Amino acid sequence: MVARVAASQRSFLGRSYNLVGVVAALVILAWTLIAIFAPYIIPHSIGDIVDDDYFGPMRQGLWLGSDYLGRDMLSRVLMGARYTVGISLAAVSIACFSGVVLGMIAAVTGGWFDACLSRFLDAMNSIPSKLFGLVVVAAVGSSIPVLILTLAVIYIPGAYRFARALAVNINTMDFMTVARVRGESTIYLIGSEILPNIIRPVLADFGLRFVFIVLLLSGLSFLGLGLQPPLADWGALVRENIGGLPFAAPAVIVPSLAIASLTISVNLLIDNLPKKIRDRDA
Amino acid sequence: MKSGVFNLVLKRLAVAVVTLLIVLFAVFFATSMLPGDTASILLGQAATPEAVAGLREAMHLNDPAILRFLLWLFGLLHGDLGTSYANEMPVAKLIGGRFVNTMELAGITTLLSVPLALTLGITAAMLRGSIYDRTVTILSIGVISVPEFMVATLAVLLFAVYLKWLPALSSVNEAHSLTDLVRIYAMPVITLTFVISAQMIRMTRAAVMETLSTPYVEMALLKGASRSRMVLKHALPNALGPIVNAIALSLSYLVGGVIIVETIFNYPGIAKLMVDAVATRDLPLIQSCAMIFCLGYLLLITAADIVAIMSNPRLR
Repeated sequence: MVARVAASQRSFLGRSYNLVGVVAALVILAWTLIAIFAPYIIPHSIGDIVDDDYFGPMRQGLWLGSDYLGRDMLSRVLMGARYTVGISLAAVSIACFSGVVLGMIAAVTGGWFDACLSRFLDAMNSIPSKLFGLVVVAAVGSSIPVLILTLAVIYIPGAYRFARALAVNINTMDFMTVARVRGESTIYLIGSEILPNIIRPVLADFGLRFVFIVLLLSGLSFLGLGLQPPLADWGALVRENIGGLPFAAPAVIVPSLAIASLTISVNLLIDNLPKKIRDRDA
Repeated sequence: MKSGVFNLVLKRLAVAVVTLLIVLFAVFFATSMLPGDTASILLGQAATPEAVAGLREAMHLNDPAILRFLLWLFGLLHGDLGTSYANEMPVAKLIGGRFVNTMELAGITTLLSVPLALTLGITAAMLRGSIYDRTVTILSIGVISVPEFMVATLAVLLFAVYLKWLPALSSVNEAHSLTDLVRIYAMPVITLTFVISAQMIRMTRAAVMETLSTPYVEMALLKGASRSRMVLKHALPNALGPIVNAIALSLSYLVGGVIIVETIFNYPGIAKLMVDAVATRDLPLIQSCAMIFCLGYLLLITAADIVAIMSNPRLR
């Protein structure tokens, strides 16, 4: 909900784009490309100790300094993008897909199915997310599939609630009644009648939920309950280098900045989307 | 009409109780799934199979999970939180002092952040579109978009490393004077205040802006009421419900916040106790801590919902 800067509205190919939104989109694109191509562009292997000093400052060759063991921080941050972006994207995809499908089915079928599912997912929503992550990850250990599933399960109730609220509105429309009278199946109803009408706000919600998941994943990794060494996402990078805080080492600050650049960009992109897409009751 | 509100509130409370049971159940089963056999972990490698079997018997580990859940629930009702596996102390005793510490942290944060956030949120809504409003909005978006530990590390960098005003770590036991006490609480409280306030500012601003766009506020403006009178007399009383709702909801973010803040600042509260308990697989301790957190969270979001119901004029 950033105040929109009117002067930065540009017109391009007949559509108006917002400068802030374009910059945000470019940052997201850059991190996506880095996440995909990280192994080919890192200057040093992430395990190699390349600096005699630990928590080294930024200098030529070691553009982001070195970490607590003297490893190249730039390489570690670039590789960290893979885990942070990859795990979060997988988790948010599962969460939104399951949440939206369940939400649409609940809205279309109604009755006890809707009531039970809504009650149950509301109860799930009443568990603080960090606590849930803490308990589950502690219970079954921390591996990438467990992390993805845990994060997905935590955010299914939110996605469900959002999609259901939108779908309930669509469900009262005349064309839905017509489709029902025609005797269409539930799958047709949710896929061809409801989904096209709610897809845009659902995509905006997808972005917001992605931010929540990135933050939660980083938080868990920071607590030492996320990705386990030798793998390191951005949260884990902050954790392992926290000893450099008193020296203001770049190794502590840079991974935090990486997280911030990604999450703030996603938020700004969504806020600067054309109103038609962003509006919840579109 | 009065009874309508009463019924809705009662219904919401009933939902909260059912939710609490489901949550307790979930916490119990998640912790029961902790890897490894508790009895053999406790007795160590040298234990004979007979000793392990004996301990399993004594700890009711052979009973079905549902029975253990009921036993645990029954104990809770009597105020018996169980005994810690790790050091044989009653969980209630371990938690007691820590709980007070955490509540102190949460209390001070609330006292600071509520007035701060309300002032900033309401003034930002009044001066909508101004540089001031934009700065407040962008800052609060910034704080919401970054993880809590980043706010904490930045606070340490600023106040402890560059300005050297405050120590980076807390230790409540070392407090000898009032200034010591302030220095110890400062860092965790500053971090939490930032995190909580950001949420509250956004919600308060949205709530006030919504009332400011209503016809009766426009009416007040047209009849010549001053700007401050318009906001204080006409808009604020109607925005009060949503604002209190926003406060309760924002305070529920404290639950996630203290887990990170207590860990990073080594603050001796229950969140730190719980993170440590996860490391030592201390089931009764994890269960009790998780239960306290869920209970606090549930209380706050239920309070938020009830305020929302009560402040809805269509139900009053």
